[in-house]
Amino acid sequence: MSAKLELLGQNLQKHLGDRIRASEAALGEITIDVTPADYLDVMKTLRDEPELRFEQLMDLCGVDYSTYRNGNWQGRRFAAVSQLLSVTHNWRVCVRCFAADDDFPSIPSVVSIWNSVGWFEREAFDLYGIVFPGHPDLRRLLTDYGFVGHPFRKDFPIYGYVEMRYDPDEQRVVYQPVTIEPREITPRIVREESYGDVENG
Amino acid sequence: MADIQNYTLNFGPQHPAAHGVLRMVLELDGEVVTRADPHIGMLHRATEKLAETRTWVQSVPYMDRLDYMSMMCNEHAYCMAIEKLLGIEVPIRAQYIRVMFDEITRILNHLLWIGAHGLDVGAMTMMLYAMREREDLVDCYEAVSGARWHAAYYRPGGVYRDLPDSMPKYKESKWKKGADLKKLNEARSGTLLDFLDDFVSRFPKLLDEYETLLTDNRIWKQRLVNVGVVSPERALQLGFTGPMLRGSGIAWDLRKKQPYEVYDRLDFDIPVGVTGDCYDRYLVRVEEMRQSNRIVKQCIDWLRVNPGPVITDNYKVASPPRARMKSNMEELIHHFKLCTEGMHVPEGQVYSAIEHPKGEFGIYAVSDGANKPYRLKIRSPGYVHLSALSEMTQGHMIADVVTMVGTIDIVFGEIDR
Repeated sequence: MSAKLELLGQNLQKHLGDRIRASEAALGEITIDVTPADYLDVMKTLRDEPELRFEQLMDLCGVDYSTYRNGNWQGRRFAAVSQLLSVTHNWRVCVRCFAADDDFPSIPSVVSIWNSVGWFEREAFDLYGIVFPGHPDLRRLLTDYGFVGHPFRKDFPIYGYVEMRYDPDEQRVVYQPVTIEPREITPRIVREESYGDVENG
Repeated sequence: MADIQNYTLNFGPQHPAAHGVLRMVLELDGEVVTRADPHIGMLHRATEKLAETRTWVQSVPYMDRLDYMSMMCNEHAYCMAIEKLLGIEVPIRAQYIRVMFDEITRILNHLLWIGAHGLDVGAMTMMLYAMREREDLVDCYEAVSGARWHAAYYRPGGVYRDLPDSMPKYKESKWKKGADLKKLNEARSGTLLDFLDDFVSRFPKLLDEYETLLTDNRIWKQRLVNVGVVSPERALQLGFTGPMLRGSGIAWDLRKKQPYEVYDRLDFDIPVGVTGDCYDRYLVRVEEMRQSNRIVKQCIDWLRVNPGPVITDNYKVASPPRARMKSNMEELIHHFKLCTEGMHVPEGQVYSAIEHPKGEFGIYAVSDGANKPYRLKIRSPGYVHLSALSEMTQGHMIADVVTMVGTIDIVFGEIDR
């Protein structure tokens, strides 16, 4: 781990303390987990504290962990993951916040801290159904007008539920159930830890 | 006096100045914009969800189709994310090739931008000049990958193959013949590097030509100066990156600040704007083309004298050479496993960002150890810039909206994903 990353780790520990529920330093990046209750507070500290100074929010996205390692996931299902960047100190941190309720995921909006997050939160709401209380304009963004469901959830099929076609009799575009046969050419495989090791025979 | 109320105007999605499929609902007070509400998603193909159902390598061509004006840069960020997760090194020659093509891509992108922006604002001729130069660079894409646009040339662990020894030539036709044809093919008689060398020696002069057309042009300045001013503080707050951030006076460039590949060995400067208006962003982009040209030249000189492998020899990641595959059982098995199952990427998450022509292009990848990504998030610069459009256009005339859409450098492939 580089000296810079170590310094960032120390500063995070110093200013956030036990509000960091879990932290991981791997592949030259630091990821911290926080609870929704501390979330706004932590984010404000991350931006305003001179020793951290994350002026920019680069990205925020939803993640659905329900089928992680083929369903072997202990913990909450939905998370919002943000990538923060400090232009002053030239470092990054990844903040992950798991929503407390799997059936009605809700994470406070940080739009008042970083205005750039507006569309990212709308997207996470649209695709994952994560609600961001405090967002002034939480509408669907990417999906069709009148779309039903949250397409990036793992239980939403890749082909969707409805398809659109032009109906010559009614002389307009109609929706109908999909007629595509689902198929998977390369199956998804998670190998066990020691797969292929010569020592294990 | 009659009471005039605000009215709303629908702009797009088939408006020629909307750069694709942008639909905007503009709230107007007379001719002044009070609110702009972009409706996006008309080109949404769910690339991120699709990637979850494909093996890691199968998604490389999808990356080309994100920002279809800077194809190889998208691939670069994606391949870098996989390489970080795998913890593998890219051969130095492949790194130089990647940097060279990244900069070619930057010139390609900015050329299209300058042409389209010119068209938006009324400088029709720019498009013709820009397309002329793009042709040469797209030919380089073709020579190296076989495709003029969607190259799929970068692979996890390096690039698909080494630079070719010959360039495609013009064939004789009704319009191209005799001395003209000979002149056209003159630069193409050597290798790809010879052709590029010829291009980089010509290009600064051509840029001067563009500048004589635009930089001091009265109409150009009337349309751009003091339009869409963004202060440095707002630019940071709104998540601006790339030329949009530098146009506002913040010297932030990932190639300098967080160098990847061989950018730390190359000599180039970062242009910065002063006022943060559309005109400054224009100047920044033009200067970036000059700097890219310098980088390409340095890469050519290095690549000429340093042969070597261009893709990793880790056969769990990249296919072995065809000849060895035919004569060696082990290599054959590797090839078979790679083609049927794909590689397995160790569990973990990574965010890899590159300095894309439009700003910071990031890939956030989560792997659970499978042969497919668990979650892939594409952070596209245009998406963030477009979300700031409402703030930028406030208080401007409706004609300036077109200028603003142009200065953001919008490509819908990356915004809708």
